[in-house]
Amino acid sequence: MLPIMSKTPMLQLFGVTKRYPGVIANNNVDLKIMPGEIHALLGENGAGKSTLVKYIYGVQKADSGTLEWCGKQTKINNPKMARKLGIGMVFQHFSLFDALTVKENISLGISSKIANSDLDKEIINISKKYGLPLDPDRYVHTLSVGERQRIEVVRCLLQDPSMLIMDEPTSVLTPQEVELLFRTLRQLSADGVSILYISHKLQEIKDLCHTATIMRMGEVVATCNPDHETPYSMAEMMMGKNISTPNRVEDSINKSPALIISDLSIQSEKSYGTDLKNINFTVNTGEVLGIAGIAGNGQKELMAALSGEVLAERPDSIKIANEPVGLFYPNQRRHAGMVFVPEERLGHAAVPMMSLWENAFLSGATKMNFKKNGFIRVADVKDYTHDIIKKFGVKTPNIQNIASSLSGGNLQKFIFGREILQNPRIIVAIQPTWGVDAGSAAAIRQSLIDLASKGCAVLVISQDLEELFEISDRLSVIYDGKLSPSINTKSISLKQLGLMMGGVSVFSEKGAIENVS
Amino acid sequence: MLVSLELRPKASKAMVYQSPLIAVFMTLITSMVMFWLMDTDPFLAINAYFIEPVSTLDGVAELLVKATPLILIALGLSVGFQANIWNIGAEGQLTLGAIFSGGIALAYFDVDTPFLLPAMLVFGVLGGMFWAAIPAILKVRYNTNEILTSLMLTYVGLLLLSYLIHGPLRDPDGFNFPESRLFHDSALLPIIIEGSRLHIGFLLTLFIAVLTWMLLIKHIIGFQIRVIGMAPAAARFAGFKQKKLIWITLLFSGGAAGLAGAFEVSGPIGQIVPVISPGYGFTAIIVAFLGRLHPLGVVLAGILMALTYLGGDAAQITMNLPNAVTGVFQGMLLFFLLASDVLIRYRFKIGSIKKETT
Repeated sequence: MLPIMSKTPMLQLFGVTKRYPGVIANNNVDLKIMPGEIHALLGENGAGKSTLVKYIYGVQKADSGTLEWCGKQTKINNPKMARKLGIGMVFQHFSLFDALTVKENISLGISSKIANSDLDKEIINISKKYGLPLDPDRYVHTLSVGERQRIEVVRCLLQDPSMLIMDEPTSVLTPQEVELLFRTLRQLSADGVSILYISHKLQEIKDLCHTATIMRMGEVVATCNPDHETPYSMAEMMMGKNISTPNRVEDSINKSPALIISDLSIQSEKSYGTDLKNINFTVNTGEVLGIAGIAGNGQKELMAALSGEVLAERPDSIKIANEPVGLFYPNQRRHAGMVFVPEERLGHAAVPMMSLWENAFLSGATKMNFKKNGFIRVADVKDYTHDIIKKFGVKTPNIQNIASSLSGGNLQKFIFGREILQNPRIIVAIQPTWGVDAGSAAAIRQSLIDLASKGCAVLVISQDLEELFEISDRLSVIYDGKLSPSINTKSISLKQLGLMMGGVSVFSEKGAIENVS
Repeated sequence: MLVSLELRPKASKAMVYQSPLIAVFMTLITSMVMFWLMDTDPFLAINAYFIEPVSTLDGVAELLVKATPLILIALGLSVGFQANIWNIGAEGQLTLGAIFSGGIALAYFDVDTPFLLPAMLVFGVLGGMFWAAIPAILKVRYNTNEILTSLMLTYVGLLLLSYLIHGPLRDPDGFNFPESRLFHDSALLPIIIEGSRLHIGFLLTLFIAVLTWMLLIKHIIGFQIRVIGMAPAAARFAGFKQKKLIWITLLFSGGAAGLAGAFEVSGPIGQIVPVISPGYGFTAIIVAFLGRLHPLGVVLAGILMALTYLGGDAAQITMNLPNAVTGVFQGMLLFFLLASDVLIRYRFKIGSIKKETT
């Protein structure tokens, strides 16, 4: 329950409007946050949450609208001023130096007055008080993502804020780390600190927040008490339409191994990347294997190894049916029947400044036979592009339009269409619906399930657990470059999965999350 | 009050192609101001610089003679630039092309055969490729920066020419002047317009421009080059081999520069001399950008740039203007081109707040 404190709102916004060229990011937004309140800002990607927060934190000016801080009209010109007023912010992407210690990182981000005092003691005090175990002398690169986030939180708390802004803080955490964070936030709330909590995860908001402001397309569509709502009702408000769940046809076909990975080990090319260690798994025809895991545990490296952008050491560590393809380049693997959907749409899966038909040629060239004596068969490519657009409902006026002119969901549908129309035996997709609108996400998930029911082997690497539970027949977890054996989706709980994603054994040795109930 | 640049939501496609014209116009206006400040009649100066030199057929022929190496080199460079391979050493590759092809001509100075000229052109190409292969192998093997290596090799190439022309290649009957023998007829390019210096290399260059266009727009290699330039990760995803493309683009641009060198020694110069190019290899970089890295644009830009060389010579004679004016013109042209490119993609925004990142 919301602790009873002063009646003056900590922060109040009136009619905030911000236009970007071609889009209204915030339209006449009102917001009221009471002292000690945990206030959720809920909305899909692109609903205008970040823009609003940038305004509050002084990163960006609004075109119109006013802001009241503790009842007084105030103009926040820059983040420094925001911090002075007592607003702290924990960003989704941390700004930490890997090669420095916790203490050094903290001292870089705060005023010199605090930094010069006995920082070690301060850090330990704060971390004790709020249950944020943190060793000031550890190097950041040795820390887990959850621990890194604690650095950011402690850095804010050292400045004794009256309001804390948290931007999607749980997107990188395990369920256990999330619980720990929530405990801290509740304690802060009890001490009278307001928290503006940005998220699109409904259950979390129901668990944690006192009030929720729901945004859609730059406007506030509702302010509600999450206790009185169901996750489903909030999702409806957030997305503004009924959400469909994909249909699955169970076990209709015979299964045989299609993609067999055995003892795949690859050293990462990047200095802080993750090495893949003895990865073993099999994807059968007609099934969906999901690989869960927190970002940065080797997903990108695994994807690169599967697509052939990085070659394996031995040919037989990757096999398509009986054919060893470990030393095959991407196009040879495409010939053998594999297709890939990389994580980044613009710049990896598609060339932003090239037209849709040129992007269709990008990965379709080999399998669809679009080359003649090295020249491009433009007419054929264009037919194929029209086909993709028609069959996958891609909204675009013209196939000459460049890829970056499409919305995220449309482009992702286009990319999936491009790969699926090549009649793959195996499809490997990473983060298939990341940052995609709900309608397109549902369509993409359905198309993956349809593919499997036609006998294609489907491998999905994702951080979105809801998605994985929805579409996968079996689940594995990747942690620190190692892959767990797969488990039938029906016989695993969210909690078990969460423990595995946190690499239980590793964690319990360090005792970092010993408090898990 | 702060002025900042803001990304435009959409860059106007029409403006992208008009910006070279805007740049030329701005250069003319600014240079007229410059002439006026120098107490020279701006209109007379512009006339002497840009109109008079091309008012005769002979003048036009001379313009195309100078445009030939610029276009040819810029064609090669534009292919590399599209793939983000920055070959800055075309001057050196031109020099090596001249040494190789001139070397063949001198080796067979007493043989009269129709095969000599083709052999010279082939060796010119090989010479340029050889010089460009060094940055290529360094980049592929050791990931060195081709901007530095190709540029440094230019000076090595120029010194090599200097050594050869003061030593082994010097004309034995040349009274110790640092010049080679004059090439005989079968080592010289046929002339297109009688009485001028315009040689068949110009037509070959136009033909190569068409081939380059085919390569870039219609061929898979051109597609790969464009993809790797715009989105290297997408090129890896599509399975394009980056090293192969480094080799192709560097050898192509080196070969084109080498051929330009061969054209120079077998065309307008007719022997090997200590200075073969008045900086064509560097000016071609401006030509490539002025021509929007597009073969047709490069042909037009090459002719325009040749005019600055020609006009510079003419203005020295008729108006007593310093030769540095040529460099000023070229510099202004590139400056205005880059400036209008920036303004096509961005617009000014006055009074916006500074953005702080934490």
